[in-house]
Amino acid sequence: MSSIWIRNARVIDPAARRNAVGDVFITDGKFVPSLSAAARASARQIAAKGLVACPGLVDIHVHFREPGQTHKETIATGSRAAAAGGFTTVVCMPNTSPVADTAGTIQFINDATRRDAVVKVLPTGCITVGQKGQALAPIGSLKRAGAVAITDDGDCVQSNELMRRACEYAKMFDLPIMDHCQDASLTQGAVMNEGSVSTRLGLRGWPRAAEDIIVARDVILSEYTGAHIHLQHISSKYSVGIIRRAKARGVRITAEATPHHLAFTDDALGTYDTNFKMNPPLRTVSDRRAIIAGLRDGTLDCISTDHAPHTDYEKDKEFDYAPNGILGLETALAVALDVLVRQGKFKLAQVVDLMTRQPARILGLPAGTLSAGAAADLCLFDPREKWRYNAKAGFSKSSNSPWHGQELTGRVKTTIVDGRIVFADGQIAANDR
Amino acid sequence: MPWNRRHLITLEELSLAEIEQIHATAAAFKRTLSRSVKKVPALRGKTIVNLFLEPSTRTRMAFDMAAKRLSADVISLDGTSSSTSKGETLRDTAQNIQALQADMIIIRHAAAGSPLYLSRILDIPVINAGDGAHEHPTQGLLDTFTMKEHLGRLKGRKVVILGDILFSRVARSNIHALTKMGAAVTLVGPSTLVPHWFIDLGVKVSHDLKSALADAEVVMLLRIQHERQASSHFPSLGEYTSMFGLNKTRASWLNPKAIIMHPGPINRGVEIDSELADGERSVILEQVTNGIAVRMAVLYLCLGGQPENVYAGPDPG
Repeated sequence: MSSIWIRNARVIDPAARRNAVGDVFITDGKFVPSLSAAARASARQIAAKGLVACPGLVDIHVHFREPGQTHKETIATGSRAAAAGGFTTVVCMPNTSPVADTAGTIQFINDATRRDAVVKVLPTGCITVGQKGQALAPIGSLKRAGAVAITDDGDCVQSNELMRRACEYAKMFDLPIMDHCQDASLTQGAVMNEGSVSTRLGLRGWPRAAEDIIVARDVILSEYTGAHIHLQHISSKYSVGIIRRAKARGVRITAEATPHHLAFTDDALGTYDTNFKMNPPLRTVSDRRAIIAGLRDGTLDCISTDHAPHTDYEKDKEFDYAPNGILGLETALAVALDVLVRQGKFKLAQVVDLMTRQPARILGLPAGTLSAGAAADLCLFDPREKWRYNAKAGFSKSSNSPWHGQELTGRVKTTIVDGRIVFADGQIAANDR
Repeated sequence: MPWNRRHLITLEELSLAEIEQIHATAAAFKRTLSRSVKKVPALRGKTIVNLFLEPSTRTRMAFDMAAKRLSADVISLDGTSSSTSKGETLRDTAQNIQALQADMIIIRHAAAGSPLYLSRILDIPVINAGDGAHEHPTQGLLDTFTMKEHLGRLKGRKVVILGDILFSRVARSNIHALTKMGAAVTLVGPSTLVPHWFIDLGVKVSHDLKSALADAEVVMLLRIQHERQASSHFPSLGEYTSMFGLNKTRASWLNPKAIIMHPGPINRGVEIDSELADGERSVILEQVTNGIAVRMAVLYLCLGGQPENVYAGPDPG
């Protein structure tokens, strides 16, 4: 019997309404209320004075690029980046090569996860065959193979008829649909937010209306069919308003925000730095404020990173030609602490909630709590430690981060998955899995 | 004040004093252009590469001509002959050109920001000859140079830029230069091609041709770039002409001394009546000639020349 005794941490477990200095006990991969004197004597002790112990972070939006794009990231490297960022459960998007539109591909991801991952990696499947938006993928088989949700990722389903049928069909399996909300007809060739900055830089603009229209469509279809639609990486203030009103009516929608949309605006694009190029794009100060307000009042349910690795040589291009996306896993907690707690005056427990219990709740995952009997997934972090993030020395295979070289405050010290220490003191623990 | 820029990427980043330095240097070079021996030895021994990854005739010829007048050796590469068509990255293409010991790269590229990107990679000067819809700084310099020749100081002068502003790098460079020089700039055109965000650049936006042209001293027409636009930006060329084309009646609304400008290539009968394009108020061909002098100034200054040292004598060789 192996036990871990975390001593004198500030324990924050929103699911159990716990927020006090105390101890956390783990035995045989589960949290337990206490340890016997004998177990204490043999337990591995972690002195955690001044540290926060919270449920392992949950990120329901990452890209691990396996199969097919393993030059960017793999389940091995991506899961290590997750562990270094305090994440113990991640949900990866299906836009791999091939896309995850068959049970076989889901199985491939599950096999790679079992073999290579240091955290829990859960797959999603496609809504449509080939993510092409023309015919429904075998959604039931995808669920049976282990997909925890379906999504066409960046290829938002444009046909309202097909989306309606996907909603009806997925509801039969109680499978959430995750949607990247983008009306493609409004964003042809678009590479950044449409507005004053795109006008000055001469870059093709992505109007927030393209997101708002699909958010509104999804609200309507969710209300009409009763399906659960999760709206990914909301970037527009108007969308926040649509969601707020829909939730007030009891529509089954949930929504997420990314650290980068919380932290930056399109002003960051002045030098055409492709590490600020992502989809949806960074928007304006008023959008940023609306997203923060949406997280504060629960309109937006959780923080997700949209961790999207690309190699240096792919990103090192003319702005128009560089791919969308940035890393997020290793910086998310520090950025959320900075923007929401230090600047936004959120309670620390609320930020923990947005990164643990809430994302787990959205997809019904057995994660996000320190309650006795739950899987012992835990994140131990120092909310005050200052450190300089070096993306090139990180655990991801790629280094496309806008936070590269920046000083961040708040650092993950230890990550525990199923009672095993997977990350501690800046190192991934030797894996005996 | 000494000139100390090596690159010319945007007019947005230049100071008024720098713009005036370029203009003064261009004026000195312009005097050499009317001599029987037009060549000056200022850049003898320098090699300049024209990297034109997007089609261009006028700008490329003007840069070519300017470099040759300065006695530089010029090599021109276009998109189809360069390795970019074989999948080579811009970084690799540019680093190869530098490794071939070129002294300067002049780049025309469809992607906004690519000259800035190159300037951060290379040790040699980079001159922006037009990047997407972003900037075309030498065009803005030659346009304002031409305006000054006709109007003197531009402070308070009413300048109208008419046409497709949204996709125009010429408009953006002119807006930056003109606002620094104190001109009162109004952008006119269909609302789909002149979005209100331009107001943030310190100009007025109007969709009413008559009030905008009233008493304007300069009207600069921009080409309707059908190749860049989705069909949704305006109904037809015919409707554009009927709403915004410059014809004799509309030209009569201008200040009597107003000049008519166009960066070319012109769509005769679309944005401007053929007759007006050739008329006495048109300075369109002067713009082209001034384009050589201005580009001579830019090449000379960015390769280390100083405004006061322009050698304007005949080529002793």
